[in-house]
Amino acid sequence: MLGMFNKIFRNLGSRPATRRYPFQKRDSFAGSRGRLEIDIASCIFCGMCAKRCPANALSVSRDPKSWTLDPYCCILCAYCVEVCPKKCLHMNPRHGVSDARAQETAAE
Amino acid sequence: MSRKSIVPFGPQHPVFPEPLQLRLVMEDEKVIEALPAIGYVHRGLEKLVEKKDFLQIAFLVERICGICSFIHAQTYCQGIEDLMKIDVPPRAKYLRVIWGEVHRIHSHLLWLGLLADSFGFENYFMQAWRTREAILDIMERTAGGRVMLGTCCVGGVRKDINEQMLGEVLRTLDKVQKDLDNIIVGVTKDYSVRQRTVGVGKVTAEQAQTLGAVGPVAKATGIARDHRTTGYAAYGELGFEPITETAGDCYARTIVRVRELSQSIDLVRKAIKNIPSGPIFTAVKGNPEGETISRAEQPRGEVFYYIKANGTKNLERLRVRTPTFANIPILLMMLPGCDLSDVPVITLSIDPCISCTER
Repeated sequence: MLGMFNKIFRNLGSRPATRRYPFQKRDSFAGSRGRLEIDIASCIFCGMCAKRCPANALSVSRDPKSWTLDPYCCILCAYCVEVCPKKCLHMNPRHGVSDARAQETAAE
Repeated sequence: MSRKSIVPFGPQHPVFPEPLQLRLVMEDEKVIEALPAIGYVHRGLEKLVEKKDFLQIAFLVERICGICSFIHAQTYCQGIEDLMKIDVPPRAKYLRVIWGEVHRIHSHLLWLGLLADSFGFENYFMQAWRTREAILDIMERTAGGRVMLGTCCVGGVRKDINEQMLGEVLRTLDKVQKDLDNIIVGVTKDYSVRQRTVGVGKVTAEQAQTLGAVGPVAKATGIARDHRTTGYAAYGELGFEPITETAGDCYARTIVRVRELSQSIDLVRKAIKNIPSGPIFTAVKGNPEGETISRAEQPRGEVFYYIKANGTKNLERLRVRTPTFANIPILLMMLPGCDLSDVPVITLSIDPCISCTER
């Protein structure tokens, strides 16, 4: 009983336990796998990322040179980042927005 | 004699996080029989192994379960490593234990919230999940994902945790332990909670043995069956003893999981204290050949993988028997005789994970 009153008075004086979301956003940690991004200028269109992708989310073509990601298929495992020979892929710690386009194409 | 009626419990029901249907044959308010209907979330992941490279499968098996994902990948990788005779570096084994136990803590806290939710204790649900948030932060900081860690791969782990981060994990765990000490009395001592759980859904050790119950359901009846006692990964060096209770009711299952929370925190602390330095990965050459079984202890019990490989990069067969699948027969034994209002509590007490069960 006493414990309950303690808790009531402590909660009356304490700040809310939750964040005031739309105004105060939680930042992702460094190294978090938020979304996949490409630096298309250094891509050599070897197709290694598409070959290793466990979810078939990537497609790469040499002619015309294009790199396409389907964000709805991507499982954010970062396997492609690991196998990229030119290290042009990286994971942005910030998560993608919910209205992401069905396809993200980058071409030279 | 009263009339029998059938109440469909699920697949959409407020207490179920996932779709499971129980057709309850009722006589007034008493359940006399329960018939399960599963298959709402079957995805055919086992068939996918014939199409994908065995290295890619490590990421896909992680998606079998949204709660104990890391341990799925660990079990699969242990099986392939066994087939290919790969020696995993000791540091990788310790890192697997750390991530595996952190996963167990987050799974048990999630379950604790859901159990409270099943008897309408919403406030407790929020408190358990608030504590769990600190654990999810540990996973995001160390591995990059809140639940889907993606760190386990054939030959070791993909990511190391540095000394500074290990220190931070320890500090967060101290905070989690403090929070736990505060909230745990809410289920173990509270009169109303005990009224809803003590003596409800009782099974004996004999029944659990006959029906092949695993994990906390078996441990709550006094069967000390825990795959971590075999010492896979680095458990052999950490002095692990399974936790058992004897009552076999919902309360005993709750107590087993609550005690496992503290035990897992201790295991992570021990693993961090003893972690050796060195490489975290052994290079993999060639393709696996032959067949093997691989087992590990998940938060819900023992998971079983059967792997058959034929020397090509695609596996021939992968069979996964998850702990919830093993616990459904015992659930059907618990339900007859109980009141309709106890069905949510009893069903939640086996910690059902349906996406695991149906793969």
